This record gives sequence, structure tokens and C-alpha cells, in this order.
Amino acid sequence: MLIQKHTKLLVSIAVVLPALVLLYIYLQPLVNLLTYDLFGLKPDSHLGASINFFFYDTVKILILLFLISSLMGVVNVYFPVERLRVFLTTKKLYGLQYFFASFFGAVTPFCSCSSIPLFIGFVNGGIPLGVTFAFLITSPLVNEVAVAMFLGFFGVKATLVYAVSGIALGMVGGFVLGKLKLDRYLSDWVKAIQTNTERADEQWEAEHTPFVDRLPIIITEGWNIVKKVLLYVIIGIAIGAAMHGYVPENFFTQYLSSDKWYAVPMAVILAVPMYANAAGIVPVIQVFVAKGVPMGTALAFMMAVVGLSLPEATLLKKVMTWKLIGIFFGTITVFIIVLGYLFNLIL
Amino acid sequence: MEIKILGTGCPKCKNLEKITREVVEQNGFEATITKVDDIMDIMKYNVMATPALVVNEKVEIKGRVPSADEIKQVLSKY
Repeated sequence: MLIQKHTKLLVSIAVVLPALVLLYIYLQPLVNLLTYDLFGLKPDSHLGASINFFFYDTVKILILLFLISSLMGVVNVYFPVERLRVFLTTKKLYGLQYFFASFFGAVTPFCSCSSIPLFIGFVNGGIPLGVTFAFLITSPLVNEVAVAMFLGFFGVKATLVYAVSGIALGMVGGFVLGKLKLDRYLSDWVKAIQTNTERADEQWEAEHTPFVDRLPIIITEGWNIVKKVLLYVIIGIAIGAAMHGYVPENFFTQYLSSDKWYAVPMAVILAVPMYANAAGIVPVIQVFVAKGVPMGTALAFMMAVVGLSLPEATLLKKVMTWKLIGIFFGTITVFIIVLGYLFNLIL
Repeated sequence: MEIKILGTGCPKCKNLEKITREVVEQNGFEATITKVDDIMDIMKYNVMATPALVVNEKVEIKGRVPSADEIKQVLSKY
């Protein structure tokens, strides 16, 4: 019975996975067939191009999103955040703890409602504030949705630049914030926890569930992430597709080109109060880039939109004073602006 | 059995509580369900990803909202 269940699961994975990959490879001809032959739209018309673009991008993004979410789910099974905490508190890492905290912030699926338990868990385990910040910075900044959207819209190179600089930002940001000795700006009850850390039960309990038993859960979670952002993806791509067909070439160049020194800070500062998720915003950004906004400015804008959000700030109010939240957000904003200039120089 | 739902009040946590209550009711499990939202109490279970489902003080599921079927399976063990 149990063996049967596993075989069925493995067979369905063996069928679905290659099918998804094949669909991904042959997507453009398939979509052409659908829009131009079946719907009878003209490829050189605005409407035809927009609808073709819409179908192609939506399906492509959903496949990428599902695969990446599932992949991160697998990583997370073997390296959950509890294990990271044990790792960070028990090993001598000679500065590498900033890297590990930032890196695992990136690969851990992000949920804003977990940021407080995470924060307290880290503080409670005696992890320094700077290292905790390193995790806290990358956790929303580099997440599965942002990575999938970037891969789909900007390709491998831009995705790598985004992910690597995001992780670097977490490391440097955490390090700098750690050096500023900000512990006194934590909420009083958090300070009390800090002076009374528990290292007693620093044993990470591995759950010995076989991988095949976990796979259905991982895949369901991956699918849940896709379902959750589906609507935003569709709206974002629809707006992008509409703009693509109708906004004239080089429309934005006159305002946001890289030789205007104020373009990067303006884009970043505009982005901080914006609370959009990566799923909705990337398709629109892509049109901006296609119509003349430099890649670096666009990347900096994206980082500020996903990495810094006001709802997260209000959540953090539970554990820190407004002053600390201000310093935290201010530092990251400055770093993102610097990164934006840097990207414009090298990309 | 004693069921505890750990969570600081996010939508996912409320969702887990709702599904768990439904499963208990529909299958006639004898259980008390308590919602734990104090962060320090949550920390005692060594849980950093909420929501979590605790049965008789053992953390069964954490960091996600399981399906009704999965909750039923977990509760059947007790």
C-alpha cells in the first residue's frame, strides 16, 4: 500500500517534470499557434502582440515559479531556520556568520508573519543583532517569487546580479548595523530576552521522515505559493503587456536615463513606501527597461520595493523602537542607491 | 488530547486554527484547542516559523498550513 503510493508519486513526478520542461521550451511556438492561428490575431498588430506576450509570459512565469518554489522547499527541509540558529550559535565562524545568515535569508521562503518569531528566536539564541539583521535584510529581498520573476523577465545574468548583490547587501548591511551598537534601541522586553539568552537546548532535532513522504508536502507548498501570487502575476503581466504594445519607444529615457544623477535616488525613494510584491511589479519594470530606463535604476527600484515595506516596518515595531526601524531602513535605502549607481556603471 | 496552535495572529495562523477545529469536529476527536499567541510561549517550543501545530506538547507541523487530510492523519496518531 505504502510502496504503491510512492511509486504512483514518483511516476507522476517523472511525467510532470519533463512535461513542464518541454512546455517551457516549446512555449513560444505553442502560444503563436494559439494566438495567431486559433484566435486569428495579426502578429504585427498591437493587440496581437500584446495578447501573445501575455499568454507566453504568464505560462512561463508560472512554470518557473512552481519549479523554484519547490526547489527552495527541498532546501528548507534539510536546512530549516531552526538548524541555522544552532549552526550560528555553536560554531566559530570568523565573520562568515554574516554570509550564512544572509544566504539562508535568501533561500528560506519568506513570510512577513514569521519575521517576529524569527527575530526573537535569533535574539533568544544569543545571535548578535548585526547577524540577525543580515538575515532580516535578505529574507524579503531575495525570495522565490522575485527570483522566478527575474529569471522569466530579465534572464539568468540579471537574476544572478540581483541575487548575489542582494546577499552582499544583507552581509554588509548587517555588518554595518552590528557595528553601530544599536541594541539599546530594541524594545525593553527584547532587551530583557537578550540579557537572558538560552543556549540550553541547542540541539536541532532532525525529523527522520523519508524524502518521498515529504515530497508531496513540498510540492503542495510550491503550488500554494503559485496560487497565492497567481492573481498578481496576471495583473502585472496584463499591465505590462498593455504598456508594451502602446507606450512609445524611449518614452522614459528623457526622465530616467542614467546620465541624470537624480534618477537612482528618486526611483529608490519612490519605491520604499510602495507595497507591491515582486509578482506584480517585475512585469511592469520590464517594460520600463524595454522603453529606455537603465537596468541599474530598475534593479535598485525593485530592491527597494520588495526589500523595504511599510507593513514590515509596523510589524518590527513590536520588537524595536521607531528610531531603530528608521536607522535600519535608512541604511538599507542608502546601500540600495549605491548599488543602483554601481549597476548603471557596470551593466 | 491537547492541541495548541502557535501563531502571532497572522492570516495563516487563523487559517490553521479554523481547519484544525473543523477536523476535530468532523471526526469527533476528543481534544482541547488552545491558541498560543504570546511570542515567548511560542519560543518555548523552539519554533521560529509560524504557524505551528502542537499536539500533547509535541510540535507536529510548523511554518505552513497543512491540508485537512494531513491534520487528520496527525491527530489519528494520538
